[in-house]
Amino acid sequence: DFDSLNERHTLPSSEKRTFDHWPTQEDPFPGPAPIPVNRLQKFKRKEKMLNKPRGRKVRLRDMITRSEEASKMAQKQAARFDLLLPEDAGFLEGDEGEDTCTISQQDIADAVDITSGTKYFNLKLSQFGPYHVDYSKTGRHLLLGGRRGHVACIDWPSKELMCEINVMESVNDVKWLHSEDMFAVAQKKWLYIYDSNGIELHCIRKFNDVLRMTFLPYHFLLATASATSFLQYLDVSVGKEVAAFSTKTGRLDVMCQNPHNAIVHLGHHNGTVTLWSPNQKEALVKMLCHQGGVRSVAVDKTGTYMVTSGMDKKLKVYDIRAFKPFKSYFLPAGASCLSLSQRGLLSAATGDVVQVYRDVWSTPVNKPYMAHRTRGAVWGLHFCPFEDVLGIGHGDGFTSILVPGAGEPNFDGLDANPYRSTKQRQEWEVKALLEKIQPELISLNPTDLGEVDQVSFKQRHQERVEALGFDPLEKEKFVPKYKKKGRSSAGGIERRKKQVAHEDQRDEIRKTVEDKMKMEKEQKEREKKKAALFVNKSALDRFKK
Amino acid sequence: MKVKVLSRNPDDYVRETQYDIQRVPRNYDPSLHPFEVPREYARALNATKLERVFAKPFLASLDGHRDGVHCLAKHRTSLSTLLSGSCDGQVKVWNLTERDVCALSKHTKDLCVEIVVRFCGTSFFTVGDDKTIKQWKMEAPAYGEEEEPLNTILGKTVFTGLDHHQKEGVFATCGQQVDIWDEQRSSPIRSFTWGVDSFSSVRFNPVETELLASCGSDRSVVLYDMRESTPLRKVIMKMRTNTVCWNPMEAYYFTSANEDYNLYTYDMRHLDKPVMVHMDHVSAVLDVDYSPTGREFVSASFDKTIRIFPKNAGHSREVYHTKRMQHVICVKWSSDNKYVLSGSDEMNIRLWKANAAEKLGVLSPRERQATNYNQKLKEKFQYHPQIRRIARHRHLPKNIYHQAKELRVMKAARHRKESNVRKHSKPGTVPLVAEKEKHVVTVVK
Repeated sequence: DFDSLNERHTLPSSEKRTFDHWPTQEDPFPGPAPIPVNRLQKFKRKEKMLNKPRGRKVRLRDMITRSEEASKMAQKQAARFDLLLPEDAGFLEGDEGEDTCTISQQDIADAVDITSGTKYFNLKLSQFGPYHVDYSKTGRHLLLGGRRGHVACIDWPSKELMCEINVMESVNDVKWLHSEDMFAVAQKKWLYIYDSNGIELHCIRKFNDVLRMTFLPYHFLLATASATSFLQYLDVSVGKEVAAFSTKTGRLDVMCQNPHNAIVHLGHHNGTVTLWSPNQKEALVKMLCHQGGVRSVAVDKTGTYMVTSGMDKKLKVYDIRAFKPFKSYFLPAGASCLSLSQRGLLSAATGDVVQVYRDVWSTPVNKPYMAHRTRGAVWGLHFCPFEDVLGIGHGDGFTSILVPGAGEPNFDGLDANPYRSTKQRQEWEVKALLEKIQPELISLNPTDLGEVDQVSFKQRHQERVEALGFDPLEKEKFVPKYKKKGRSSAGGIERRKKQVAHEDQRDEIRKTVEDKMKMEKEQKEREKKKAALFVNKSALDRFKK
Repeated sequence: MKVKVLSRNPDDYVRETQYDIQRVPRNYDPSLHPFEVPREYARALNATKLERVFAKPFLASLDGHRDGVHCLAKHRTSLSTLLSGSCDGQVKVWNLTERDVCALSKHTKDLCVEIVVRFCGTSFFTVGDDKTIKQWKMEAPAYGEEEEPLNTILGKTVFTGLDHHQKEGVFATCGQQVDIWDEQRSSPIRSFTWGVDSFSSVRFNPVETELLASCGSDRSVVLYDMRESTPLRKVIMKMRTNTVCWNPMEAYYFTSANEDYNLYTYDMRHLDKPVMVHMDHVSAVLDVDYSPTGREFVSASFDKTIRIFPKNAGHSREVYHTKRMQHVICVKWSSDNKYVLSGSDEMNIRLWKANAAEKLGVLSPRERQATNYNQKLKEKFQYHPQIRRIARHRHLPKNIYHQAKELRVMKAARHRKESNVRKHSKPGTVPLVAEKEKHVVTVVK
């Protein structure tokens, strides 16, 4: 404080100055800055191990403790870094009494800045039939496929046309592969792969009558569902068919993937949704979801909730981790297409109306967040990955509408970067190929590899028997040695065999007798304990007969 | 209405000029990075495979000796100096950075048994089959000067080992008995005997500097304290120990290289049972040296290989061999923890990397980060069967491979016989003896 400072000035210079004279102030906020609990929770991977190995396993216990401390520190550091994220999510709030679903797209486009306003646009393509839509993983490139054969890929923020071709056949579905270099088109008969310049690279005849496709980005697998009820997986890095299953459930035209564990969800006409992985010939899980056929399925990015819509005009939300129904809504006209955005907004299309709902699983929803009417019947819906934009493919072409709060505001530059240069894309592609996950690792729980393998001894023994063809632990049959010089007669051999058999019998009897004795002893002790408790009840019990 | 739509300014996400580095914004949200465990597993697999690809440990061979290399000595203060003595009495001072000789001194016509550098680094002592101890200057003799020892001490009997104290001007020799010498005296200040007729090596403890260990020909390892007049205690084993090395980080642990193809790490305080038995060699182990971190040691064996063992593991993590390298007599781990030097009886000293796949030299920060990440990944997934299989794989010369297989079969047969004997005798008459206890005969105080 100032008084003591002034004092110091007047002290003679010959006197020693110690730091005791400096003013001391206490730090009003001691220690490191606190981190909000929900942000810490976001980065938590696993709960602390409750029953650590005790006793002599000191080294193992130390290792577990140390690794838990390290992951706690990593969790804290990641939570602190969250403060530095540059962007915030979008939002739309109506005035007093105004309903957000009544606000038109044109109003929103006029209210926001020019660049965002250009994100609302309409492509009038009425000649070549209803359009399928796909956005690439970075959200920068858009692929349109018209039913009558028109395929175009566009860099939509700059409206630059990358390629435009007519494949002269009917197009069932279009899908981007791992980057904006290649895309797959499911045509009338076979599956074709094109370059982003429109050059046909491959015609894969093994994949015939493909109706729907989905790309698993971290496994480089293209999963296709065909009209002949076949589910096939194609590894696009190597070019080989990894698995093909005949699902025997009829025409497959409802398909989606769970981005959390790469499981493919198929919807069927009898109201069931089946879950598939390339490692098993049968479905992993079969869920009965609707009373009529299933019209559309969507899974959120954390793999917790699945939203399905059916012919019974219901929209149901399931908890996919526990396979339990969560919520059920009634839509007056049912939903033909569903799409979930990165931040959990659900878009449902009925006829030519598209409705967007917010928070379908946390709070009960009675009215949509936004609505939009298009000029033709809606054929495909897709939220753009890191933008507040929903792409609608319909009978009259393509419309891109603004949905504030749909896109993830902060992307990770090393994973999917919309602003990457060619060099960055090439480096990313090489690294992604090196880290490609083998299809054998696809399972319902993606963290299976990190669990301790506690296979029981029995199961291990069974596997060994299967692998070797015989049981190594089984007792070998006694074969008496053939004695020379006539000492090995039939009677002698039988006698020797009987001796060993008697020994074995004795061993067995001894063992069973021992086990029995042990059990009886335990029983006696238990009864004794019980009786002892009874005895201690009252002191007058000793006078009882 | 209040509305905000996500709109990013490209100036914040794209670099300004061609000469800048690219901008990479990060978001560590786990939902943006699915499949963490399988992707890390794929990276660990790649890291393990690449480690095997880059595992090229042999660096250089120093030749020039005209007979087998019998002993090596590290310089106490200089990393690039190495001294070596050969079986024809030649002592060479090598400069490891130039891989060339910087001084050549002649001991005698006979075998040069042991060299040790004085703690100050300016002179070194040699001991040979000619019953003399000689002290030499470290620098090469000037032009026209003859190479002459600074000091010569004549002893009564042949000396077989030599070691110098860490801080004082005292050294110890062993031959028929263990003698402690002062540098200024010409007779030993103390002699230790214990009924053993010859000792093969003696070593000072680098941490507890007054303690010594020596290996006797009656299959024993004897411990001494310089301040006392009699030896402390000795442990007698089933077969003879060739050399002993103290752990430079833990004062009471020492490792002995034994003739029965194993190495034993003992705790000085409990000599009745070794702390660890290190089994992997297929012939007698001749020399052992600890790394300066005290976590690993290297052993040289009569089967023409050198092996690197972690201090608390029963099996080696690495084996180095070459067609040209014959029986390895002596081995040293360099003081900067990076290199291993081996001298063999075909007159060559070989320089190897301690971590076979390590990139030497200055690494850029990105290289260092990538190396650290790969190292941690390999550690994390080391127990997964596919990764373990690749990490463990080492090529062995055919005779060593077959010999090791044979030894395994023999060991299994012995084990099976013992358990059969136990099964068919009265319970309790054949007790279970732990592997560690099998090799010690007795401890004598």
